[in-house]
Amino acid sequence: MNSLTILGLLPLVGSAALFLLPKGSDLLAKQVALGVSIVVAIAGLGMAFSFDRSVTGFQFVEKHQWIPAFGINYALGVDGISLLLILLALVLTPIVILACWNEAEGGRWSVKNFFGLILILETMIVGVFAATDIFLFYVFFEAMLVPVYFLIGGYGTGEKAAAAVKFLLYSLFGGLLMLASIIGLYVISGNQLKAPTFDITELSQLSIDPVTQRMLFLGFFIAFAIKAPLWPFHTWLPDAARAATPGTSVLLLGVLDKVGTYGMIRFCLSLFPEASKEFGPTIIVLSLISIFYGAFLAISQGTSSGDGNIKALISYTSISHFGFITLGIFAFTEQSHSGATLYMINHGFSTAALFLIAGWMISRRKSERISDFGGLQRVTPIMAWSFFIAGMSSLALPGLSSFVSEFLVLVGTFARYPIPAIIGTIGIIFAALYILIPVQRALHGPIAPGNENLTDLTLREKVAIAPVIAVIIFFGFYPQPLLDVINPAASATLSALEITGITGGK
Amino acid sequence: MNAPNIEYGMLGPILIILGAALIGVLIEAFVSRKYRYVLQVGTSFAAVALAFLQLFLIRHTSSKAAVGSMSIDGAAIVLQGSVLIFGFLGLLLIAERGFQSFTAQAAAIPGSNEEQKALVSGLQQTEVFPLTLFAISGAMLFPAANDLLTLFVSLEVLSLPLYLMAGLSQRRRLLSQEAALKYFLLGAFASAFFLFGSAFIYGQAGSTTFDGIRKSIVESGGSDQFLLVGLALLTVGLLFKVSAAPFHAWTPDVYQGSPTPITAFMAAVTKVAAFGAAIRIYYFAVGGLVWSWRPILIAISIATMAIGTVIAIAQKDVKRVLAYSAIAHSGFLLTGIIALSKDGLNATLIYLFTYGFTTIGTFAILTLVRDSGGEVSDLNRWVGLGKRSPLVAATFTLFLLGLAGIPLTSGFVGKFAIFSAAYKSGNISVVVAGVLASAIAAFFYIRIIVMMYFSDPVEDGTSVVIPSKVTVAAIAICAVATLVMGIYPQPVISAINSLAFFAG
Repeated sequence: MNSLTILGLLPLVGSAALFLLPKGSDLLAKQVALGVSIVVAIAGLGMAFSFDRSVTGFQFVEKHQWIPAFGINYALGVDGISLLLILLALVLTPIVILACWNEAEGGRWSVKNFFGLILILETMIVGVFAATDIFLFYVFFEAMLVPVYFLIGGYGTGEKAAAAVKFLLYSLFGGLLMLASIIGLYVISGNQLKAPTFDITELSQLSIDPVTQRMLFLGFFIAFAIKAPLWPFHTWLPDAARAATPGTSVLLLGVLDKVGTYGMIRFCLSLFPEASKEFGPTIIVLSLISIFYGAFLAISQGTSSGDGNIKALISYTSISHFGFITLGIFAFTEQSHSGATLYMINHGFSTAALFLIAGWMISRRKSERISDFGGLQRVTPIMAWSFFIAGMSSLALPGLSSFVSEFLVLVGTFARYPIPAIIGTIGIIFAALYILIPVQRALHGPIAPGNENLTDLTLREKVAIAPVIAVIIFFGFYPQPLLDVINPAASATLSALEITGITGGK
Repeated sequence: MNAPNIEYGMLGPILIILGAALIGVLIEAFVSRKYRYVLQVGTSFAAVALAFLQLFLIRHTSSKAAVGSMSIDGAAIVLQGSVLIFGFLGLLLIAERGFQSFTAQAAAIPGSNEEQKALVSGLQQTEVFPLTLFAISGAMLFPAANDLLTLFVSLEVLSLPLYLMAGLSQRRRLLSQEAALKYFLLGAFASAFFLFGSAFIYGQAGSTTFDGIRKSIVESGGSDQFLLVGLALLTVGLLFKVSAAPFHAWTPDVYQGSPTPITAFMAAVTKVAAFGAAIRIYYFAVGGLVWSWRPILIAISIATMAIGTVIAIAQKDVKRVLAYSAIAHSGFLLTGIIALSKDGLNATLIYLFTYGFTTIGTFAILTLVRDSGGEVSDLNRWVGLGKRSPLVAATFTLFLLGLAGIPLTSGFVGKFAIFSAAYKSGNISVVVAGVLASAIAAFFYIRIIVMMYFSDPVEDGTSVVIPSKVTVAAIAICAVATLVMGIYPQPVISAINSLAFFAG
């Protein structure tokens, strides 16, 4: 067995152990979950150090026949992009488990099942990013929905069942469109190659006629746009994020939704280069709409006098951020690509921080309304300052990690599409608004009634949030290690696109 | 004049089942009531096992039999094997005695004193076993028939017992009898179409054997309008059996009214038999007319998917939901016929094989959820099942995901195979329609899952009864098959691919 398989199997084994625990052993379940996820994270980081940055293409490759009748293989491998996304998931999982120690108590099912589901999800995430066989990718892409569905529907709040179903149906619909495209690729590969295959490297060598390419591209793209989520495919996200527990939201928005943008890079661009170029401008427009649409909705949550919801606000900001990511992807310059990939990582951490702290605020205050949180800075300074830093990262303040990625995306886009880049830059102003308004209303100002006796972060919560904040600050000043891993992969994708002339230089 | 040469070895599996059915009739007539059940069950299972063994022994046969009126080839053997396996699973459910699914006396008028008396005296049906065996033999004959007349006879051998069995339900007798009558009348109607079509084809081709029809199409170029009229009428008869739109109207009523074990049996076995026969006709007999029948089947396939999935959303009864889902699956299966390729044949057989397990399992679970009045099929009373009986709900979820074609279940393998065959043959429109229909279908399957898991149970006497070993065995086999063929389908696929050929 290869390292990636072991990495993916570990959480699964852990979750099986959790399910086998007797009823009532909640504390033990939590400890096991935390222990397993920490071991997996360390193993993942260890793997990352043996990753050879000078080599392009997939590493830690393994390949076994699965269904030879259809040419399907169990094939795994990572390049820079997928490695970082896997690491993001592996690092965030123990943080989420620690941060959401008491989150599952009010759920429909037992506490151990909650943590078991999270570990299953971790396995799926490793699989989905590591799969180099499209069929295997699709299987993980769909199977991933199941634990999330139960996490939202079983442990969420409010309209959780409806939100879970909405999430599932949107994703399934997208997945089925992708399935049609996958079948198309399979048939075409059977016609052009010796045998039909799902291997991503072999598939990228097909020459597909433009009309078919457009159709197949759309099948993949819509699936990923729903997942990402890009306007106008985003409508499931606010419901899901509002209903899910903060920990689930972190994994959902911070990690899972990256499958969408990752898929665009890995599949849309490398398999359908012509169609990607053709649809590029349209998608750039959609990205710009997403940037502003998400920002406006977030601002309206922040400024609404009564019922501005903090979870909804964070999820809307994510729509805006995903707009930047897709903008960078479809601008097709090396900088914009590196920026977009880096953005995925940074967004993961800053959204994680926002959601986790918001979750603690909500559980203390028993309210999700922004206007109820007034004056937190005086009552609970550590919590308020952590939220502030996360917020500043979210609006891409220089010195914090998101700044680098947003800057790279915009500079890279400017090289090819100056006007969209300028319009996108205006989006940053709105980002400032949607973060600063809630920060001002929730953290500063007079202490809102009911907030006088709130307690500040406990030691457990501090331990959970400290690494996230540290990462945000560290990579804000020194993003080079990440970029070193990303750049070769980004330029490999672009060279597959055969776009020359504008590459912007480093 | 010499007696015709009959290949007893090749027809062995069918003959064993038919013989056992006749023995079953004799048991019913001569054995005292006390021993009937044991004997009937023993005979039925022994017959199925023997027939399967014989089928296994002749699995590499590929030739015509019974003076060209039968074709015992790889495709027929796969289909007959599927029928036997699903017949076996159906028999397991029928053999369950704990639920009293079957009426004590089918002839008694519902609510009459006679019926009351029969109930009180504890009569239990056993003639259902020979009836089932007759239906199995018909279902085995149907996909192997190589002659329109044999096909018609086997259609009747398959259908007549089913009409009776549909009316055997102990609870909700009127609904059950209504189902039986509807099924019978519409079935008779469809048979008439079928026979009429056969007459037209015979008139043009001068032969009722598939080989003769095939040859005449090659010679005449297939432009004769009598042939086309005949094919159209024949198609109506076949589409009725596979419950494709617009000939699907009987399906929900019959599925709902029949005793659930019978519904399970019928849903799996008739689908295998009817699609098996249909694929032989369209591929082998009238393959030369593909440009005439393909556009029509494409339209019917799309309509069937659309009607099956859209109407299922509005249903409030689990059995009716599953009936409409069966209709939708017929639409998916038609895409395999439309493909008209070796891949299409493989895919159709794989799909049928995987679908049978899942659908029998689904209906088997249905027999477990009951209140004092029998099975509870009202969807609203299934809420909270996940809390009350987690294992049953989880198994049912597995089957529903299988029907929805979610990866890692066998349903996905079938769906992938059949859609890729259709795509490969250039019929992308049905693939797109199929994918969209799958998305709609996912909605109502998931709705049931949501009801089971995300709603709190209501106290209305609905409970999950503990079944006896036979039902548990049936459910376990179906669940394992659904899961294993989803995760590791290679052995099944390669076995079917290597066998699935028509004898030329």
